[in-house]
Amino acid sequence: MPQLADSPDPATRTSAADSASAPDRSKPMITFENVSKSWGDNEVLKTLTFEVMPGEKVSIIGPSGSGKTTILRILMTLESPDSGVVTVNGKTLWDVKPGTKPRETKEMKAARRDVGMVFQQFNLFPHMTALENIMEAPVKVLKMDKEAARARATELLEMVGLSKHMGHRPPKLSGGQQQRVAIARALAMRPKVMLFDEPTSALDPELIGEVLGVIRELAHSTDMTMLMVTHEMRFAEEISDRVTMFDHGRVVERGAPHEIFKNPKEERTRQFLKAVLEH
Amino acid sequence: MIWDQAFALSIIPKLLQGLRVTVEITLLGFAIAAVLGLAVAIVRRIRVPVVARLFDFYVLFIRGTPLLVQAYTAFFVLPDLGIRFSALTTGIVIMGVNYSAYCAEVYRAGIEDVPPGQWEAATALSLPGTTTWGRVVLPQAVRSVVPVLGNYLVQMFKDSAVLSAITVFELLNAAQSIGSSNFRYLEPLTLAGLLFFLVSFPASYLFRTLERRLAPAR
Repeated sequence: MPQLADSPDPATRTSAADSASAPDRSKPMITFENVSKSWGDNEVLKTLTFEVMPGEKVSIIGPSGSGKTTILRILMTLESPDSGVVTVNGKTLWDVKPGTKPRETKEMKAARRDVGMVFQQFNLFPHMTALENIMEAPVKVLKMDKEAARARATELLEMVGLSKHMGHRPPKLSGGQQQRVAIARALAMRPKVMLFDEPTSALDPELIGEVLGVIRELAHSTDMTMLMVTHEMRFAEEISDRVTMFDHGRVVERGAPHEIFKNPKEERTRQFLKAVLEH
Repeated sequence: MIWDQAFALSIIPKLLQGLRVTVEITLLGFAIAAVLGLAVAIVRRIRVPVVARLFDFYVLFIRGTPLLVQAYTAFFVLPDLGIRFSALTTGIVIMGVNYSAYCAEVYRAGIEDVPPGQWEAATALSLPGTTTWGRVVLPQAVRSVVPVLGNYLVQMFKDSAVLSAITVFELLNAAQSIGSSNFRYLEPLTLAGLLFFLVSFPASYLFRTLERRLAPAR
């Protein structure tokens, strides 16, 4: 379990969250405007509107099936909204009028380049070594020189503590190691936004710490915007500038971590936290 | 009828010639089937408009008609329409086209077996379609179907005997012609069967071993 003592002073985190909403700060990194999404009769996002400022670390919490993951999947273009506008770094990712079919545009592809994602199930390429997994996109997409890509991949593997395993294929690695490779793979594309979709839920309990350690390091040492869906409440409290409680396709409550976790305003948040923290 | 050892030995060179043609047909036909089948499978998966529909029908039609009828039509009917090739060329192409429909189905299963997470990771990394197919999906899909394709190769080797019906001088045809000109069928047909077995048995064994090797990859 992550130590709360490691976390920065709550006061600084509050000020970071406050300044994020100040109007004179630079433009938001992510915007959702009236975004809706349904699966049949199940409305997973209901005219959702929110913004994330550059460099902000935001955790999304809430019960399973509440649409948290759908937010990330829409940002990664793995799902399309039924309607609404989504922008990343000033570029339009989605602009869908109700009743029309969303299309892949050049601008969407450009916007997508700024986003990286870490999946619950890692999704490493099983036939490639750890090193090759990380090198693939920089070489093929960024047209990076192979040697430069190798050097960068080696550096990233070192950062996540896996230099010794660079020649290993994913089936030979533990879940925690695979997830760390997956984080390095996403970082290799130098995204401005990193999405973490329950990055530790598929891991054995003893392997969660090593993955959280890497994410914590990223949160503290980079100016990347981070959006994380997680069930690790203490971790969310520790690394986030802002926490969003989500349920039934809507934002129930948002605020600084200490507000949400210590003094939630909404009854629904209180119930949820009581249920997850008691187990 | 009693086995004539001297006669049997004397016809072996001619039978081996037939075997050579059979192997040739099998390898070239399989090359066509493997490549064409893959193209069909990819087009159907991407749902390229119109072409995908055509290929759906192609697979349905070829799997729904006998190889022998296809070979007859290609060799005896197409020349009436001005399309004329040697028996051997016709035979190779027909075997290739016929098996491409089966290979397409095998590839399709292999492609469907690649977990959705692999496609999603490719999207998340902005990999272009060609890279996603060429470096992520196909290496995994093909790897998982190699043993099945191998079995088709062996089956194709045996099925090529059908081409004797359109005068291709392959192994069975060689045996039949020896039989009819010497009025002795025991030795040539027995030896032909034996030769088929001597090639297909080790090949089957090889692919079964390969299957065990490739299985625990994921």
